[in-house]
Amino acid sequence: MRWVFITAIAMSLFAPAARAVMPGEVLPDAALEARARNLSAELRCLVCQNQSIDDSAAPLARDLRMLVRERLVLGDTDEQVLSYLVARYGNYVLLKPPLQSDTLVLWIGPGLILALAGAVFAAYVRRSGRLADEPVAPLTDAERRQLAAHGGDD
Amino acid sequence: MALVAASSQIDKPLIYKITGVWANHEGSMLLWVLILTLFGAAIALYGANLPERLKARVLAVQGMIGSGFLEFVLATSNPFSRLDPAPSDGQGMNPILQDPGLVLHPPFLYLGYVGFLVAFAFAVAALVEGRVDAAWARWVRPWVLAAWCFLTIGITLGSFWAYYVLGWGGWWFWDPVENVSFMPWLAGTALLHSALVVERRHALVNWTILLAILTFSLSLIGTFVVRSGVLTSVHSFAQDPARGVFILLLLVMATGGALTLYAVRIPHLKSGAPFAAVSREGSLALNNVLLVSAAATVFLGTFYPLLIDLFGRDKISVGPPFYARTFVPIMLPLLLAMVIGPALKWKRDLLSSPASKLRMALIAAIAAILIVAASTGGSHLLTALGLGLSMWIVAGSLAMVAQRIKLFRASAPASLALARHAPRSFYGMVIAHAGIGIVVGAITTVSTWQQENILMMKAGEAASIAGYSIMLREVSRMPGSNYDAERGIFDISRNGAPVAALAAERRFYPVQQQQTTQTGIHTSLISNIYVALGDPGEQGGWTVRIYYHPLAPWLWFGGMTMALGGFISLSDRRFRVGAPQRARSLHALAPAA
Repeated sequence: MRWVFITAIAMSLFAPAARAVMPGEVLPDAALEARARNLSAELRCLVCQNQSIDDSAAPLARDLRMLVRERLVLGDTDEQVLSYLVARYGNYVLLKPPLQSDTLVLWIGPGLILALAGAVFAAYVRRSGRLADEPVAPLTDAERRQLAAHGGDD
Repeated sequence: MALVAASSQIDKPLIYKITGVWANHEGSMLLWVLILTLFGAAIALYGANLPERLKARVLAVQGMIGSGFLEFVLATSNPFSRLDPAPSDGQGMNPILQDPGLVLHPPFLYLGYVGFLVAFAFAVAALVEGRVDAAWARWVRPWVLAAWCFLTIGITLGSFWAYYVLGWGGWWFWDPVENVSFMPWLAGTALLHSALVVERRHALVNWTILLAILTFSLSLIGTFVVRSGVLTSVHSFAQDPARGVFILLLLVMATGGALTLYAVRIPHLKSGAPFAAVSREGSLALNNVLLVSAAATVFLGTFYPLLIDLFGRDKISVGPPFYARTFVPIMLPLLLAMVIGPALKWKRDLLSSPASKLRMALIAAIAAILIVAASTGGSHLLTALGLGLSMWIVAGSLAMVAQRIKLFRASAPASLALARHAPRSFYGMVIAHAGIGIVVGAITTVSTWQQENILMMKAGEAASIAGYSIMLREVSRMPGSNYDAERGIFDISRNGAPVAALAAERRFYPVQQQQTTQTGIHTSLISNIYVALGDPGEQGGWTVRIYYHPLAPWLWFGGMTMALGGFISLSDRRFRVGAPQRARSLHALAPAA
């Protein structure tokens, strides 16, 4: 029965790409519509795989797009719209995970890894750089012949 | 057979009956094993110049991984299990996968993944031997390079497929499935550069071995993660643990075994030749620092949500806004530095030396920034910087050629002679680097100046976008071999002069009860006009999505340029002189794609 399951998932992932940001969804107020688009890009279509509601044709994405616009028309700030959705759907709806205790590693991780790798690099180069300053013994004749046999190096 | 019934169907076009073999879990494992066997055979047949002992060890490691995979196929994903009684027709393949782009995408991806297995096998063999030298790096580098080229093509094809099949004009979603192919690419790119340091200067030896192990581990993770369904739901995965446990076991044995061997052997390996911070080696090491950090960031972003889901009480999503804040800042210094690195001398150099070599590139980049900033009235500063960066990379790469052949400093014939004698690996590097510059420029342009127009259209109505007029001529029903389509014909014109006619379809596959879109794309090679046909409206007419994507074709053109650079480098004399047969073996492999 596994394939049934896999097919079901695959179908939900690639929901028919036909119902779009429908012409009727667009708000008359251009500034408000621009805010809605920006917010939509940060909200996950909950039934899709990592697609924002702005990029998804799933019916749920459409409902969420309408909801975002509805809240904006009612005068919500961007933050209020987001917290309204998080209150209903959880943090899962945010494509940018919030900074909190259990996402600390996620947000700090990249910088930490970079700093660590950079430190190792700096230490290696400092040690290596000192060695590079020491004079190197010239090639012996045997080594020179070997090098020539290999066609040299450019 | 059960597998055929589940993923094929009688009236499916022949090509998709063939590619349907690897459009499912069992079959794709079979493809993987086939490619692995071909690579093994290639090493055995054409590795004549390898020392017997090293060759035997490389093949042994390759064989061990191969038997592990065969075991996996037999124990948990038998592609040959029978179905009784025989069904009259199959369920058919997911229609979204019935596409020419997907015919080639998986084989190229696997050629890349398995190519990194060769690097892994060489690394483990060298650890067993307790000896890594410049010759080792010279033997392993063509394989890494070939794997990298194939993976680059695979990812480029995948991105293009997403662009025209999903019907939303996006080309990269930071989707976990994309990420797991991107991680081995990042690590493989790092490996490509660090192996260069081993070959030329015998430095970074330990690190290169470790990187070879890690790159293949990421390839393994990539294959399994996509095929096991763990990404869509950790819980479904945990409920059916047979495959999962086997996967983990294989991963632990391959990676863990190799890392243990590494820990035991590495103190006995001679560490590399010294170099200063400002040197070619230094710049290549910096390249590795940044690429590995970038790969780790993608890894974190891909797997952290699974971890939270499994052990935490929350469920989170990690999407493009996360990568824009973490991945991009790591890549920017890399993109800036990738021009300076090749202009540095080996072992030790001064920062002033690339400064004089790259003066023209710097001027071009600053000019690009100023022109874009001025022509947009200062409203698109980030775009201006992005295009400046693109110009810096392309011009900086070309400047290396000018430098090398002493353009305008020597006589024209002398320059020509120098150009002829420059090694192909040099041209390969220049072309691959320029390809990255092209991709950066295309990303910047398309994300700044793309336009969209989404509206209801009836036959005979016209919409406009970016100075083009797009008229819906008609929508008609077109039966396909295993689907029904509604096809909209659009006439594109500019200032009254016809430009092209586009067909955009929405297809319905009755067997799967599924709808797909077939977008119409008109490309002028500079920009794309992209039309997708949506649902019919209640008062007649159709939802139509029209996009204007400036420089979008250059995204994939840039990706292919990178792969081309890799292949040119692969044809370098150095790889043929030391290893006359190997280059041919890679060509022999190509038709297997």
